[in-house]
Amino acid sequence: MTRYLARKVLLYLLTFFFAVTIDWAIPRLMPGNPIDGLIARIQADSTASQQLHGYFTESFGLNQPLWRQYLNFWLGLLHGDLGPSIAYVGSSVSQLIWAAIPYTLALLVPAIVLSYIAGNRVGAMAARRKVLDNTALPAAYILTATPYMWLALVLAYFLAFKWSIFPVSGAYDFSLQPGWTWEFARSFLSHWFLPFLTLFLVAFGGWAIGMRNLIIYELESEYANYLQALGAPSKLVRKYAYGNAVLPQMSGLALALGAVVGGALVTEIVFGYPGIGTLIITALQNRDYFLMQGLFLMIIIGILVANFIVDIAYVIVDPRTRAGIQGS
Amino acid sequence: MSTVGPRADLAATPEIALTGDGAGDHDLGPDGNRFETLHFAFHNTKLVIGLTVVLAFLVLAIVGPWLTDSTPFEFGYPLGQPPSSQYWLGTTSSGQDVYAQFVYGLRSSFLVGAIAALVAGSLGMAIGFVGGYLGGVIDDILSMLTNIVLVIPTLAVLIIVAAYLKVGSLWTEALLIGLTSWPWAARAIRAQTFSLAARDFVNLARLSGRGTTRVIVNEIAPNMSSYLFLVFILLFGGSVLTAATLDFLGLGPSQVMSLGLMMNTAVSNAALQLGLWWWFIPPGIAITAIVGGLYVMNVGLDEVFNPRLRRT
Repeated sequence: MTRYLARKVLLYLLTFFFAVTIDWAIPRLMPGNPIDGLIARIQADSTASQQLHGYFTESFGLNQPLWRQYLNFWLGLLHGDLGPSIAYVGSSVSQLIWAAIPYTLALLVPAIVLSYIAGNRVGAMAARRKVLDNTALPAAYILTATPYMWLALVLAYFLAFKWSIFPVSGAYDFSLQPGWTWEFARSFLSHWFLPFLTLFLVAFGGWAIGMRNLIIYELESEYANYLQALGAPSKLVRKYAYGNAVLPQMSGLALALGAVVGGALVTEIVFGYPGIGTLIITALQNRDYFLMQGLFLMIIIGILVANFIVDIAYVIVDPRTRAGIQGS
Repeated sequence: MSTVGPRADLAATPEIALTGDGAGDHDLGPDGNRFETLHFAFHNTKLVIGLTVVLAFLVLAIVGPWLTDSTPFEFGYPLGQPPSSQYWLGTTSSGQDVYAQFVYGLRSSFLVGAIAALVAGSLGMAIGFVGGYLGGVIDDILSMLTNIVLVIPTLAVLIIVAAYLKVGSLWTEALLIGLTSWPWAARAIRAQTFSLAARDFVNLARLSGRGTTRVIVNEIAPNMSSYLFLVFILLFGGSVLTAATLDFLGLGPSQVMSLGLMMNTAVSNAALQLGLWWWFIPPGIAITAIVGGLYVMNVGLDEVFNPRLRRT
């Protein structure tokens, strides 16, 4: 087990190293001097431009040798210093990111966990009921092919704008102060529901399809046939099939994380939900490069942590990893 | 799986893994009866439905622009008109023809999807074949690289690259998507190659002194051609989704109309508030139908190629 987890941690450390290097290298690899590009895009007047030029040169540390710049980048990162924000003057990138993360997590965690559970359940049921297979499966294929932002647009248009069942945008009513009151909780939940539903529905389709196919595959395997030939109750056979089918679904969960996170970003933008996605669009519109680089790293760290959690869950579910029978 | 685009990961990997375990389930062999395969193809409902939907939109993408004199960015039409006999899909709030935007956008989707899938497929094949066939240290390094890129969310990389590098054409966009969406394909192809590489006919080819490239091209690739085709379809679907997301974020080419860009301009011009549903509903329906059609077609093809999955 330790060997299995140690290998995973090594891979994640390497990935992190690789990601930080990309994050550092991209602005320096792009054609032209990044500072001139930055200033041209900010469109400041000439005195301000000169000040900005000095400021950016120092911030980027571009007057130093490359290895030194790279080292400084790491040092800053390890101190939690991701640089100043251009879009929000006076705020640091890490402050902005910390303020946005709770909202994104509030959408992502329930959406991932619930869609995984519900998708697996429905998929497993569809595998043995013809009626469900013919209705739920086509629906699941449509859902998994739906672009997140479009589903968000459709839900927002009908349920928020047209029929006014849910509020239109933001994370809570602006007349309220965040706090532990019933009124705030109600406002928060009603704003939270539609973006959550978007993420849940699209992800649900993928899990249902995967589980349905895996169960059918397992039920046709040798051990299932053998159990049936012995006269074992079909409930028992299905239990074993489910246990085996959960494993590939779980490794699929690690792979799907990136896609769901991407979906959360665009969904937040549609609903004006103040999480990482909205921060990304602000960073893009204002050409706030420090913010973009910081957000990129934050997403990577989030994905790596989530992957590690899935790995631990995998160890709990799959006894082979514990016994060290299977190294990968 | 990247992405948003790489949502192909989500739908695709488990399915591919399903049949991917039994090495060579897919190989029809040289004496496989072609007519039999065609027979099964035309009698497979999933394949027929998926293919019909995808082809219908492909035809619309090709023929559609000829049926109108309008161009996507042209102004001067009535403002915010609902669909009518004159403006088939209505007009935007600034007086552009939605039908023209839609059919030109469809073209972009197919183009970006196909190019990105070709790029990602080629990279995935190169890395998968070499790693799976040679094994050893080279395989270890390539697998490590694949696993690293697999964990990094494609969309995050694309956002940061596209933000610095002004994406001016569909080709750049497709290239960017292709360069970031190959890892799951490489992994799937490597696994297949690995099991084929231990077969007798491959050993024989190796013993007879054929070089690595010739063994891969002549012996291994043809025996998993159907599998490679499935990988390509899934890459195509994933790339269409990723491109739509990038365009929606305003990171795609702004001079070329695309379905994602339609949704982007609809949102930024308050189409939701104004109730101009005909502006943002059609592009999403088209993407969903094309990608869904590709996924369903993929399952159908899998059943056609792999006799063990056929249910008679």
